[in-house]
Amino acid sequence: MATATASMNNNKSVLWDWLTTVDHKKLAVLYLIAGTLFFVKAGVMALFMRIQLMSAENDFLTGQTFNEFITMHGTIMLFLAATPLIFAFMNFVIPLQIGARDVAFPFVNALGFWIFFFGGLLVSVSWFFGGAPDAGWTAYVPLSSGEYADLGLDFYVLGLQISGIGTLVSAINFIVTIINMRAPGMTMMRMPLFCWTGLVTSILIVFAFTPLAAGLALLMLDRIFGGQFFVPDSGGNAVLWQHIFWIFGHPEVYILVLPAFGIISEVIPAFSKKRLFGYTAMVFATLIIAFLSFMVWVHHMFTVGIGPITNSVFAIATMAIGIPTGIKIFNWLFTMWGGKLTFNTAMLCASSFVPTFVLGGVTGVMLAMVPIDYLYHDTYFVVAHFHYIVVGGIVLGLLAGTYYWYPKMFGHKLNEKLGILMFWLFYIGFHLTFFIQHILGLIGMPRRVFTYLDGQGMETMNLVSTIGAFLMGAGVVVLVINIVYSAFTSERVAVRDPWDARTLEWSTTTPVPEYNFAQTPQVRSLDPWFYEKIHGDGLMKSAEPMDEIHMPNGSILPFMIGLGLFIWGFGMIMLNMENPIMPPAIVIGVGFVVTFGSMLVRSIKEDHGYHIPLDKVKKIEKEVS
Amino acid sequence: MKGRIGLWRFLPLSAMFFLLAGCGEDKLTALDPYGPQAEWILDNMILSLYVMALVIIVVFTLFFIAVIKFRKKEGDEEIPKQVEGSKTLELTWTIIPVFLLAILAVPTIAGTYNMAEEAPEAAGSSGEEGESAEGEDGEENGEEVEEEDAAIVIDVTGHQFWWQFDYPEGFSAGNEVYIPTGEKVWFNLTASDVIHSFWVPALGGKIDTIPGVENSMWLEANEPGVYKGKCAELCGPSHALMDFKVVAMEPDEYEVWAKEMSGEQESSAEESEGGGATEESQEEDTQDSTMSDGRQAFEDQGCIGCHAVEGQGTGQGPSLSNFADREKIANVIDVSDENLEAWIRDPESFKQGNNMPAFPDMNDEDMDAIIDYLNSLSVEDELE
Repeated sequence: MATATASMNNNKSVLWDWLTTVDHKKLAVLYLIAGTLFFVKAGVMALFMRIQLMSAENDFLTGQTFNEFITMHGTIMLFLAATPLIFAFMNFVIPLQIGARDVAFPFVNALGFWIFFFGGLLVSVSWFFGGAPDAGWTAYVPLSSGEYADLGLDFYVLGLQISGIGTLVSAINFIVTIINMRAPGMTMMRMPLFCWTGLVTSILIVFAFTPLAAGLALLMLDRIFGGQFFVPDSGGNAVLWQHIFWIFGHPEVYILVLPAFGIISEVIPAFSKKRLFGYTAMVFATLIIAFLSFMVWVHHMFTVGIGPITNSVFAIATMAIGIPTGIKIFNWLFTMWGGKLTFNTAMLCASSFVPTFVLGGVTGVMLAMVPIDYLYHDTYFVVAHFHYIVVGGIVLGLLAGTYYWYPKMFGHKLNEKLGILMFWLFYIGFHLTFFIQHILGLIGMPRRVFTYLDGQGMETMNLVSTIGAFLMGAGVVVLVINIVYSAFTSERVAVRDPWDARTLEWSTTTPVPEYNFAQTPQVRSLDPWFYEKIHGDGLMKSAEPMDEIHMPNGSILPFMIGLGLFIWGFGMIMLNMENPIMPPAIVIGVGFVVTFGSMLVRSIKEDHGYHIPLDKVKKIEKEVS
Repeated sequence: MKGRIGLWRFLPLSAMFFLLAGCGEDKLTALDPYGPQAEWILDNMILSLYVMALVIIVVFTLFFIAVIKFRKKEGDEEIPKQVEGSKTLELTWTIIPVFLLAILAVPTIAGTYNMAEEAPEAAGSSGEEGESAEGEDGEENGEEVEEEDAAIVIDVTGHQFWWQFDYPEGFSAGNEVYIPTGEKVWFNLTASDVIHSFWVPALGGKIDTIPGVENSMWLEANEPGVYKGKCAELCGPSHALMDFKVVAMEPDEYEVWAKEMSGEQESSAEESEGGGATEESQEEDTQDSTMSDGRQAFEDQGCIGCHAVEGQGTGQGPSLSNFADREKIANVIDVSDENLEAWIRDPESFKQGNNMPAFPDMNDEDMDAIIDYLNSLSVEDELE
């Protein structure tokens, strides 16, 4: 019977295969593609905004359109680009790094992706229904309330609510995977730092996305069902939203940047040929940062007027984050110290991350000084600061991860010459764009302005910033060219370990078979693959005899549940439309039936997966090695 | 405070800042402060920059040495020593930052309390608080409190996309707030619609104006001048155009200005009590015939329904009582009769999303009369 199922799978079309896949490696590719598309989209919006700000009193975009662009740029970059790109690497790498055949719940993994994807799609289609959300990615009430914002905000509220469910579901899956699915010998303190940061990030998601979901639900009640949670005239509170949002929003920064730290902590040791300096300190620094990230949200609200006591307490807590972050910086530096450094694109991105992130970090500490934050707050200084964290931190980390894991994911390396060109274009462009924005903020340019008047001394600096942005854009174009070019010209990687790296994922054959490890490996040390290369025979010891392998079946249900939620969400938005083409109740009903019908099918229909028989496993293993 | 600035002038980072101060527009940029609050902010920003420069220099030096010195050499396949870590080093880079942050934490907390100081209601009532929070400023404040009975407290209301300033004397001003130099002026801030943020970079920090919440802050200008202010919180399509001005005057001049403004207010209060009958007498007061025509047109076209003039009218739109003293129309357009007419006919084209209705079909007669009338509304002229 098992063979029958297996061969049945082979007959399906490629499209069907990708829609129904529950394989963590394929889902990683889906996340990577979706994230990249959203990234390019939001990047183009950023270029449009920079064109608008290129000269004083420019009229390339109106204030309204500009506000829609800033909102979508921020929302997409954080929720729909950075998050899935991080998830792409977590999905692909974590099971391999801990020696697992897949995540704990492969079905839930696919569910997480499709719910995220359809949520993102819902936010994106707002352009076709009267305009995108326009209240900033923070969607402060009352500007985002029914009185001041159109339909776009409904798309924001419901789209993010849905995609947030996907993110939450995936995070829970990662937590269970990392805690339960580690190979024998892979103790917590032997886990690669990327797994640690993945674990901590997933825990942060569980605690941070839930308040966001609550806040979005309240805003939805206000907007669609006439609630008054945030309406001051009716006894509501406008500041409440800011608290809820930043209780989510601050940890969100760490949700994204911790896995980037993880990537850096993998790439730097690999290309320094040295183990990570101060591994234990790195793990605890990660945990402390995660804990503190929930203690500092008011530093986004210093100018709200909460009072000097609260502001002082949160200022000190914010400064305290600088200490564990500093520990990380110095540990990376000392990992390189005394090593044998190879500067390919991955290492260029990873090593340049360190000084860049320091620049973002020091402005972070400066922003923590409350009275001076009264100057910095909501100016281009802040814009510069968080782009140093987000672009100089997260994006450089993601680029390093892309070049580093690309051969394992796609079976060939990316072209190094194009890679180095991309790096320098992007890196120089990045500093040109954002460094000067610190000064723009200090000379009086508030953030989120669609224009500035002539004669305020802001023209030249804005022009420089725009030029930088186009250099960054050119860098991304080179990356895309590189991906296409390398797909056709790059040599197939036939070895397991093209970088001579250290962790378990490099012990698998390339391309990775769908079951990852024919035999679960026995882990004997931190950096187990490096340990076996030095102390063993260069291959992982097995923790079990070779046997048939139990695999999960693919399923279209995750896709259907996501689609159902999309229809439901759209129906909810139709409640606020003036002339919906059909009664919203019908659309909501259809969405409900599709979502819960799929769940019902999943609950009733038994699905035990299938087994890959022993002789087939042996055959595959022989082919690849 | 003065002494400290003087000392730092000799140090390179401050020198850089004095160069940078030239980049922005005078009386807008925060790098060229005109008040004690802004000076404090700049001073302490430079202090934090020195601390941060230390961190940056250490990290960058280590980084560049590592990158240059430890490159892999061709053909060198030897595996470097696998170092686990170092307790001494870990402790070093944990403890030193604690001290660095402590250096920054002290002025942070002192400054936070100093800037949160509330308006003294009567002599000496809250001078003590100021002193305990921050020595220098506290003393200054103490003196002031002795000199004056109560500080000036101006109510600020943020609207899409203009600022309303209500003075304790009862009159109101739109988009331009007048303050005396050399003393702390307090602002009580709120908003009528969405959240805005009140910011005068050359004089001090910013604070949000939030509907349903009343915030408070103080500013002080050292010398007379027109300081630019901006809305710093996204508030809608014309957020970028929600500027305002702080006009600082010598205290005696300010007093005359305030009397002039409130004088109008008193007369208008009489009028409203007297009803229609006194309105005629008021028209008699105005010598120029075009002015009264203009006033008539201003009322006929319904302008008075939103804009207060000569102390009369509601506060739905900015008060135009001192319209002719302004440097910009609606804070974005240069002053000229043509621009004023264009604005009245189609405000949306200048400030997207603003709440003023358009008057595209107003007859030329009324338009000219209104423009002339508005151009005659000056308080500063009367001061001279």
